[in-house]
Amino acid sequence: MYVAVKGGERAIDNAHAWLAEERRGDPTVPELSIAQIREQLALAVNRVMAEGSLYDPDLAALAIKQSRGDMIEAIFLIRAYRTTLPRLGHSEPVNTDAMTCDRRISATFKDAPGGQVLGPTFDYTHRLLDFKLAADGETPEPPVAEPRDEETPHISGFLGREGLIQDEIQSDETPRDLTREPLELPASRALRLQALSRGDEGFILGMAYSTQRGYGRNHPFVGELRIGTVAVEMDIPELGFAIEIGEMTLTECETVNQFTGSKTEPPQFTRGYGLVFGQSERKAISMALVDRALRWKELGEDDAGVPAQDEEFVLYHSDNIQATGFLEHIKLPHYVDFQSELELIRRLRKEAAAGRQAQEAAE
Amino acid sequence: MNAYNFAYLDEQTKRMIRRAILKGLAIPGYQVPFASREMPMPYGWGTGGVQVTAATLTPDDTFKVIDQGADDTTNAVSIRKFFERTAGVATTEDTGKATIIQTRHRIPETPLTEGQILVYQVPIPEPLRFLEPSEVETRKMHSLEEYGLMHVKLYEDISKHGAIATSYAYPVKVEDRYVMDPSPIPKFDNPKLSNCPAIQLFGAGREQRIYALPPYTRVVSLDFEDHPFDPSKADHCCDLCGSGESYLDEVIVDDDGGRMFVCSDTDYCRARRAAGHMGAQGVPYEEGAA
Repeated sequence: MYVAVKGGERAIDNAHAWLAEERRGDPTVPELSIAQIREQLALAVNRVMAEGSLYDPDLAALAIKQSRGDMIEAIFLIRAYRTTLPRLGHSEPVNTDAMTCDRRISATFKDAPGGQVLGPTFDYTHRLLDFKLAADGETPEPPVAEPRDEETPHISGFLGREGLIQDEIQSDETPRDLTREPLELPASRALRLQALSRGDEGFILGMAYSTQRGYGRNHPFVGELRIGTVAVEMDIPELGFAIEIGEMTLTECETVNQFTGSKTEPPQFTRGYGLVFGQSERKAISMALVDRALRWKELGEDDAGVPAQDEEFVLYHSDNIQATGFLEHIKLPHYVDFQSELELIRRLRKEAAAGRQAQEAAE
Repeated sequence: MNAYNFAYLDEQTKRMIRRAILKGLAIPGYQVPFASREMPMPYGWGTGGVQVTAATLTPDDTFKVIDQGADDTTNAVSIRKFFERTAGVATTEDTGKATIIQTRHRIPETPLTEGQILVYQVPIPEPLRFLEPSEVETRKMHSLEEYGLMHVKLYEDISKHGAIATSYAYPVKVEDRYVMDPSPIPKFDNPKLSNCPAIQLFGAGREQRIYALPPYTRVVSLDFEDHPFDPSKADHCCDLCGSGESYLDEVIVDDDGGRMFVCSDTDYCRARRAAGHMGAQGVPYEEGAA
């Protein structure tokens, strides 16, 4: 006879114990340290910080270790931890004009003040597996140059001086905070940018790519891509002025988009904007393309009815923690719902069969 | 776990959630947006219910969690453990002894009483969502009380199948105003929503919505005069406790597809067996046995 399954509790404990063992892997292989992950898997750490919305490389590295390298799981750990942190205040807006750039390129001008600085990029590597790395990861001393002292001005500023690029609306209004208030539509651009910045890299990439392939094409050029460190300053009420409380690495992308004008706007260049924690340039460029696509209303462009123009579609589906949770919840028991469906299908089938029989008898 | 506040969430967040709950109670059936937080369990696994519970729980409460009607399903165990760890409250499986019951997909068979709170986990709070995917549109439809689309859908069901082909998450109308999704409970449970002495709170974490039914609210399942609502269930009695009134799970018991039917509400079934009731395949009840 059937005995109702008890022991969910023990099954869970045992599953957790097994998971811990699997996470560690073969115990004869040395364990990964947080520092190793932070230093040698830095781009993974960057992604976890960006989509986790928490700038802390050590915690991100810990999350990657704990999640066995599952990036979305690591992002989830950081988000859940973030929930418990008190909000002490907020920083001054970071000034990316004053960024100490490790990398700064423009696809629109051959040269500009500040120069083209490739920095640590995969761009021109040949994607050949380096078998030497399997044996020995030590690298020779790289050449060193003198750092530039002066600020690196934004490329878009040069276009702005000529009035060729759309002026952004300046505002000192404190933008709403996506993590503290429910998302309500229509969303301001600041809110959309927040959502894109923490949105899933793959989703934002797919959306951006779709605009390039014709689903809301917006003719982007990478006006500028810069990666480097900026100072984070916070106003301390007791002091009455802002002091530097730390620095962070950011990737910023500004696209320059061709625009032939609309009913409301003259022909000019327009912008898409991307800003992401850490070195995350695929994400920053994707973000800029999607940002530009979402600005169709404000620029008086036509609604092409494409996914990347649909603010509700993009914002409601970009968060991978929401998406993965809801997707994976279908693993949970649904026998009550399924039972009611079973009853329904059986009844409908019975009625259909009875109807057929009655019809045959009549014929 | 001392590093965390009582019931995990900080007091500011709880206050924000309580405000949403109070607003929900003031406008029964209306979906109140709230700033849902990331919880340490995934969205879709009851984060809305967990946040509502965290905001309503007090140290004196006795807490019960059910999933599919059962106290011992894995996610119910996980949520109960979470509040044991973070709030240290007493827990129970006894529906009558609980002051707060968090549920997924069922309303307990034992009638609820004044002073109890039933917290529902809600995946998609919008009853019109599968008719209209846009939130902007559906909010407009609610504010204009524009529910024609829903009636057309139910009518199309009848013309196609001879019956309304919705068996769970069956839409209801609250106090003649808002059409509400009762969460994916089987329609068998729908009549229990109405005129209930307990407070009923609905939390949808991922969708950032809270809604509520104050005690003794009138809740009507949508239907037509010539096709009245029918809260059907399996045409069997529980094989363990013999109840002919409770909602049943169907269990496959052998390789030939043999079936038995048992109460989905494990506490109800246990209590009946303890009181000496026995079904077709039941054995005399022993304390502590499954």
